Parts: sequence; structure tokens; C-alpha cells
Amino acid sequence: MNVSDLVSQFGFESLVRPSVDHPIVDAYTSDLLSDVMARAGEGSALITIQAHKNTVAVASLVGARAIILCNGRPAPDDMVEAATSEGIAICRTPMNQFEVSGMLYRSLRG
Amino acid sequence: MDSFPIDTDGGPQVIIELIYRLKVKDVMTTSVVTAAPDATMRAVQMLMRDHGITGVPIVDSGRLVGIVSIGDMIQALDTGAISEPAESRMTRSLIVLEDDMPLSFAVTYFNRYGYRRFPVLDRHGSLAGIVTAADVLRSLLIEMNHEVERLEAGIVRTEGSKTGSPSIHLSFPSHRFDFENAGKASAELKKALKSLGADATAIRRAAIVSYELEMNQVIHSVGGIMDFSMRDGIVTIVAKDEGPGIENLEEALTEGFSTANAWIRSLGFGAGLGLPNAKRSSDEFDIASKPGVGTTVTARIRFEEHA
Repeated sequence: MNVSDLVSQFGFESLVRPSVDHPIVDAYTSDLLSDVMARAGEGSALITIQAHKNTVAVASLVGARAIILCNGRPAPDDMVEAATSEGIAICRTPMNQFEVSGMLYRSLRG
Repeated sequence: MDSFPIDTDGGPQVIIELIYRLKVKDVMTTSVVTAAPDATMRAVQMLMRDHGITGVPIVDSGRLVGIVSIGDMIQALDTGAISEPAESRMTRSLIVLEDDMPLSFAVTYFNRYGYRRFPVLDRHGSLAGIVTAADVLRSLLIEMNHEVERLEAGIVRTEGSKTGSPSIHLSFPSHRFDFENAGKASAELKKALKSLGADATAIRRAAIVSYELEMNQVIHSVGGIMDFSMRDGIVTIVAKDEGPGIENLEEALTEGFSTANAWIRSLGFGAGLGLPNAKRSSDEFDIASKPGVGTTVTARIRFEEHA
């Protein structure tokens, strides 16, 4: 599964689409950024409601490729800018973390 | 200008990174003045005059079919062909760039082909923009300014030691509640370790330690300094703040203990995981704190160098 599949396969709304379409090998669901730092794997999609710039910093440090914002949370401009310059995708969906996790789980591990 | 004095292979690393990170689409002009194949050379000449440009791409339903340059125009005037359609006088064999190419390609093309502009195509082959030497220079200068600011902020010192193993020293100030810049120091640490060829696991661990300590300074202290030194396969992270100090270190190191307020918690921090996380990711971890004075954390992480 690639970053672009988040939009084409799952129908998430694309807010930031990096020029390189990296593969996604895992996912991690958490709203605690310290927890994300400690446990999210390289090449992951991060499923969260934390829609701010620091989420991008954390995603970048752990090597996550995409941030999926749940419950339709709006992404502030500085978050979009940071993600664009870091080459990290941001997608948004009205679904909650449980539902998104289920979808990705089936695709990545099912 | 004959060529860009930029070495796309062996120049300074900052510049190399820059010209590979920037894409042609980041520097190109997207509002391009074009003409149809059946436009007369006279009409194209008007376009050049009205817009102050020296080249007009000829486009047939979105596809680039040629370009009329000043040279083509002079020849048309010379030979009395000014009323002929552009498609009969335009240059057809074109060198084009693609919008996803790194800027290094544009620099190489300008140096190699001697043209003053290159049309840019998108992935579907449609004309997406045009790049002039001035576009490239402007973007490069802006980005170089950013990079110099970044380097100055980091007070970078790279010194080759006597043993020949390189060492890097970086230091960054942090400020209370400055979430805007939080994470910058850690991002720079990550870059520096990468440049030393450190292994990916060590880079990740060091970044975690650094980011947690950096966030602690931003959230809890009045401000401080993040100091990194890398030498002989060890990165030493010193996070030193100016207070207020920690009352009970044992509590502070207990997972789940936190003094953060609701606002900090709503951002996804302050869950009492920071210091335990940092400690767990370090090979050596030492914390000293005095209420009313400040806190200094020293952490060391070993890394393997793959030069």
C-alpha cells in the first residue's frame, strides 16, 4: 500500500500530497505524541486527531509517511506547510480512529 | 551569464541538499504566455513586446509543439516571414524539463545547453510552466538565505579531530511555550547524524531523546539550551534549562506522572511519558535538578558510523 492509496482506496480527503508516493508498511493509532514517538514505526501512517504542527514534527522524527486526521478535524495552515516541507502526507476523514484503524488493519495485516 | 557556478556533484552538502530538495515546479513560472501554432510571427512579436519576454511556447490544445525565441523572430524579420504562422518558423526540437525533476537538473540543463529558458512539462506531457535562469537564481538565493539563517541559529562547528574522525557540535536555544519552533533542534540533530552516516536505529533513538527533552523545556521550563555533540560514535545530548527545577526527580521519572496543564495535554503532550521515554531511549541518562535554579539532563546514545 502506498500513500496515494489512502485517497484512492479509502477515499480520504487529501490535504497534503507529497511528490514521492512512499509505501506504507504499518500504522499507529494514538493521540499522545510521546506515545507515537516511542512506538510508531518507520514508514507508518499515523491515525490521530492531533491536528497541529507538532504532530508533523513527531511524524517526521519517527519516519511516518502520512498523518490521517480523524473526525474531520481541520488542519491549520502551519501544519499543512510543515507537512509539505517535510514531505509527509496529510489526509482527513469524518471517520473516527477506530474505524480508520480497522480499515488499515485489514489492508496491512488482514 | 555563461553558466551557474554550482557544482551539482561535489559542492557543499547544504547546496547539494538544496538543489535536490527543490523541484523544478517550486521555481517555475506557471502563468506562461503562449501562442497557438497558427498565430502569425507578428502576433508572437506583439506578445514578446507586451509582456517583456524573449520566448513564447507554441501550444496546440495543451501540448507543447515548439517555441519561438528572439533568434527565430530576428530570422523571420530578416527573411520577410513575419506574416507566416508561428508553426513554420518556431524551433521544434526542444529540450524540456519535467516539473517533478529536482532543481539540480535545471542547473545542469542551463549549463549544458546554453538556452535561457526551458519549458516544463507535467507528468501527462502538458505544458506546466517555464523556467528562466532568473527564476532559478531567485529561488536559490531565497533558499540559501534560509539555510544560512538555520546554520547561524545552530552555531555549527565541524572540526576534523586528529584521529580523522569528524565531530559535530550544535546548540539551540529553546523558549517557554514556543511550540512554533519546538522540534527544530531535533530535526537538525537528525540531519547531522545522517551526515555522519549513523545507523538508523541510533538516529531514531537520539531524535526521541532530543525531542522529549526539547518539549520538556518548552512546556515546563522558562527556557534553555539544547546542546548536541557527536564524536567517536557517541552523541551526547545536554538539555540545560534556567528553571524552575524539579521538586521530586523520582516522581518526574515515573511513567504517567505529570504536572502539565489541560491545555498542554490537549496538544498530546504532558502525559508523563517524556522523561521515561527519553531515559529508555538513551544508553546513559543523567538528570540533575535544583528547585529555583534549573534542570540539566545529559543523555548519551551510541551510534555506528557507516561512512
